Amino acid sequence: MTQVSMTVNGKAVSGDVEGRTLLSSFLRDKLGMTGTHVGCDTSQCGACVVHVDGAAVKSCTMLALEAEGASVDTIEGQAAADGSLNAIQQAFQDHHGLQCGFCTPGMVMSAAALLKENPKPSESDVREYLEGNICRCTGYHNIVKAIMAASGQDVSAIAAE
Amino acid sequence: MPKDSGIGASPKRREDVRFLTGAGNYTDDINVNGQAYVHFLRSDVAHAKINGLDTSAAEAMPGVVRIFTGADFEGVGGMPCGWQVTDRHGDPMQEPPHPILAQGKVRHVGDPIAAVVADSAEQARDAAEAIVLDLEELPAVVNMKAALEDGATKVHDDLTSNLCYDWVLGETDDAAVQKAFDDAAHVTTLELTNQRLVANPMEPRVAVGDYNRGTDEHTLYTTSQNPHVIRLLMCAFVLGLPEHKVRVIAPDVGGGFGTKIFHYAEEAFCTFAAKACNRPVKWTASRSEAFLSDAQGRDHVTKIELALDKDNNFTALRTNTLANMGAYLSTFSSSVPTWLHGTLMAGNYKTPVIQVNVKAVFTTTVPVDAYRGAGRPEATFQLERVIDKAAREVGVDPVALRRQNFVTEFPYDTPVALTYDTGDYNGTMDKLEVAADFAGFAARRAESEKNGKLRGLGVNCYIEACGIAPSNVVGMLGARAGLYDAATVRVNATGSISVMVGAHSHGQGHETAFPQVVAEMIGIDESQVEIVHGDTSKIPFGMGTYGSRSLAVCGSAMVRATEKIINKAKKIAAHLMEASDADIELKDGVFSVAGTDKSVAWGDVTLTAYVPHNFPLEDIEPGLEETAFYDPANFTYPAGAYACEVEVDPETGKVTIERFAAADDFGNIVNPMIVDGQVHGGIGQGIGQALLENCVYDDSGQLLSASYMDYAMPRADDVPFYTVDHSSQTPCTHNPLGVKGCGEAGAIGSPPAVVNAVIDALQSGGKDVGHIDMPVSPARVWAAMNG
Amino acid sequence: MYNFEFVKPASVADAVAALGEEDAQALGGGQTLIPTLKQRLAAPSKLVSLSGIAEMKGVSAADGVLSVGGATTHGTVAAEAGAYPALADLASHIGDPAVRNRGTIGGSLANNDPSACYPSAALASGATIVTNAREIAADDYFQGMFTTALEEGEIITAVKFPIPEAANYQKFLQPASRFALVGVFVAKYADGVRVAVTGASEDGVFRWSEAEAALSKEFRGDALMDLKVDPANMIGDLHGTKEYRAHLVGVLTKRAVVAAG
Repeated sequence: MTQVSMTVNGKAVSGDVEGRTLLSSFLRDKLGMTGTHVGCDTSQCGACVVHVDGAAVKSCTMLALEAEGASVDTIEGQAAADGSLNAIQQAFQDHHGLQCGFCTPGMVMSAAALLKENPKPSESDVREYLEGNICRCTGYHNIVKAIMAASGQDVSAIAAE
Repeated sequence: MPKDSGIGASPKRREDVRFLTGAGNYTDDINVNGQAYVHFLRSDVAHAKINGLDTSAAEAMPGVVRIFTGADFEGVGGMPCGWQVTDRHGDPMQEPPHPILAQGKVRHVGDPIAAVVADSAEQARDAAEAIVLDLEELPAVVNMKAALEDGATKVHDDLTSNLCYDWVLGETDDAAVQKAFDDAAHVTTLELTNQRLVANPMEPRVAVGDYNRGTDEHTLYTTSQNPHVIRLLMCAFVLGLPEHKVRVIAPDVGGGFGTKIFHYAEEAFCTFAAKACNRPVKWTASRSEAFLSDAQGRDHVTKIELALDKDNNFTALRTNTLANMGAYLSTFSSSVPTWLHGTLMAGNYKTPVIQVNVKAVFTTTVPVDAYRGAGRPEATFQLERVIDKAAREVGVDPVALRRQNFVTEFPYDTPVALTYDTGDYNGTMDKLEVAADFAGFAARRAESEKNGKLRGLGVNCYIEACGIAPSNVVGMLGARAGLYDAATVRVNATGSISVMVGAHSHGQGHETAFPQVVAEMIGIDESQVEIVHGDTSKIPFGMGTYGSRSLAVCGSAMVRATEKIINKAKKIAAHLMEASDADIELKDGVFSVAGTDKSVAWGDVTLTAYVPHNFPLEDIEPGLEETAFYDPANFTYPAGAYACEVEVDPETGKVTIERFAAADDFGNIVNPMIVDGQVHGGIGQGIGQALLENCVYDDSGQLLSASYMDYAMPRADDVPFYTVDHSSQTPCTHNPLGVKGCGEAGAIGSPPAVVNAVIDALQSGGKDVGHIDMPVSPARVWAAMNG
Repeated sequence: MYNFEFVKPASVADAVAALGEEDAQALGGGQTLIPTLKQRLAAPSKLVSLSGIAEMKGVSAADGVLSVGGATTHGTVAAEAGAYPALADLASHIGDPAVRNRGTIGGSLANNDPSACYPSAALASGATIVTNAREIAADDYFQGMFTTALEEGEIITAVKFPIPEAANYQKFLQPASRFALVGVFVAKYADGVRVAVTGASEDGVFRWSEAEAALSKEFRGDALMDLKVDPANMIGDLHGTKEYRAHLVGVLTKRAVVAAG
């Protein structure tokens, strides 16, 4: 066991881990932050996406020890302290961008990374950026719509609410 | 003007807040103090005799609590099949045993042989690697036709063959069917495969078994669409436990799509092992494990023949299907190719003579069971493909050919055992023509051709039988369960309401939509109504959520229970206002006496029910809680028409979906936003089947598409925005809400539209291609164009 | 995963020393290695992370050569390799954004997955693979699927790409993994055209010499008209037959030439 220390959602945390402990497992099992989900074992579904030093990464494909000293942001840190949803979360609710909710944490975190680098993405920008986030429920329609809406674009012309 | 509350409104989903903030409570998020972890040692070969199984070295490994093998389950029941199909000769289907852990033989890659319970998941896996296994490999049985040949290797030695059943529906007189074909002006024949799929809800399956020696009570947390069904099957057929000592909880569940209906060996194992080890036992499937242990879907090989008279009226339809069951009969597997498939072969059309032949076959592959649509996509695909082919062969417009043959008078008794209560297929097709902008297609095709692409328009119809019921009918057809549902409406003293429902929400938004109904019936704010589901100790009973049944069946139970509440509340209100029950009206949450200005608010009545100082105690009991069980009179029949436009790159064969439009008739709609979302998701999965997904075994029974590296899940850039119209509404005639169900429509209706569009595109480019099997991959399209 | 010791040296020298131990293995971004470890298909005793070595990170261009540190992520190359636009474009389409934020060029080239993108760029560019011990020409480096000239414990510290006059990469996606079903990188230099193909061959990335000869004479898509790739050595699997892959090589090469201009 080795001690690892990092900042998660602005709070300093540390814990003992093995070499093989994944960041996703550190968050879920050591810190009890179960909002980050694991949906595959080949680094494709994206349910586990968090930000490490501001960059979106798949936390199931990064060793916890690689995040030593890093600043990690997860779905649990996205809403305001009073619980109010941020613009992306709110757009997902407003536009029914989630159904079972399992892929949602990764979708929200990927959307946040996208909007940081591309504040007004086109439909195809959004679809391409979500290549590493699989949703089985929504057919992506309302996810794409929600992300475009979160960027301040008028999505009222997009078919069917 | 859209409503802002009640039936027909689209309030924001209340479940979203927890899912959007990481506060959902999925089964893998649940950890019980002191829990151990189980790792299943699974077969890595398709078919073998177990000659030796030595766990002694593994037992000595660090952290090992106990190792279980098939021997630990001798005398314990196996996994049951919930539907007995009777074959064409009146004999029951062949039903092999399905042990929790393999006994003597393994029959598919992934078949569990041993289970190691250890202090950590990695220790359990380490120890599983130390189990010494002596497997004598036997020939794999993969191809269905070969499996039925004389002398084929048998998957189950104790059965007479690999044939589970040979079943027929509709016209049983072969000569009469043949005569209809002999008399036809034109016969169109098509041989096709409806490929095997993997449901792939994003949350892999998880089970946590807990046992309390002090009370002799079991708790099972599991990723299920129907916790009561799991409890019933596990208690009555597998472990022989008393139901009142077993609590099954399905908390937030990350998608189901059918594959979380079934009772799985891992659930029974964790329940059993928690008692045997006197310790909670947790199992979390990896995605790789899910590919080898979740029941898979579809996998039909079909020959379909359609007969037309000289005026292009459909005169007869005959199908011969081989349906793959996999190695064992999963919970509802046997019903899928029969009663959920054969009965739908009439489609939306008045074909007078129909014969459906289905042979179900055992193979050394993962068991196959219901996946979104379950039987109905297979029926729709073959029917709508053969109609499209027929239109091309006789030279008529495929939409006109469909319209000409539509059922237009209701109720309509089909030749394949159903009675459609209502529908308006022409009206729905009219909606589609607008939604899909048929008029603009020619210009769009010209534009594509300018860019060197072929463009095609594919159209199809579908009908489904949903809200699966009634119990007496399904019982005659072989179901070993009833298919009603239940709801308890519990009104609290201050007027707020908890509704305990048997339906289970795993993405469908019941927590939002169901309160819209109750709130509107009473006239109170939706925020006063809460839905409770997913826990056998909290809800009255429930058959769960599948077959697009939640609102049609459980919602009806909820309406009936709410009606009972209103009736009783009116009695209390009448007492308070010293009026007659019959004169009491309820509107906007206020009871009034007709023709007077006397009124009493909902909250005063509910408080009186619990503080019955001034109460008609001689007539009614205090309190305000009612339960109803609802068993429908018939299936519901959602129907629709879908259109897809594709572009084909003639150089690479790559197909892109340019437009997709759906016109559905779901009857009345409670929450249009949620209904649209359900259709979007279904279309996404249907496009996945049509273009991408393929579960493939090689000749040795190894699964080639065993992870997302080879099983192509649809991604955001594989699909377009969809246009969805559900303004064509013929309310269901036999349930109180007039609803039909919407969960499966998209997955049923979309695959033929995509394939029809691809064929249309290729034909427009002068390629005489009659059919391409799904998935219509670039390689297959290119081969068809150059073949 | 089997357990292992994790170390994160800050210099190439320390990394080389750590890799000297038996069963030690280098860890780049881990985007391939970690999934492999999850399947228990590898059992290193020690993983030596290269992500903490500053001297192995970054992109720079000078004298017609683009140098990329071995531990530079795909995301960084996409953002910073503006001097070699086709390479930046290739990097911007590897995997998905989260994978690009971890995966590295050194890791990709050391693994030499037959469907990876980078090997085609390195081979078509005639790049030099720089290691802690030596410099290896791309033509000598790739030795078949998952096989390279690297010795045990040798680390790719940088890759030097001569910047071509024109270049383009065309990738046709395998629909599940989103790796290249076939990928073709075409690079035009003053002394000739190089064409490298990934995803297609049982022998891993390869140069399509007939196309190179034709394009060196005339850098137009039509120059390829009479050329065909022999399907014999192509990969055939559930995503595409040998014949289909051979066909795609021709189509994508033509498209790359047209796009390169």
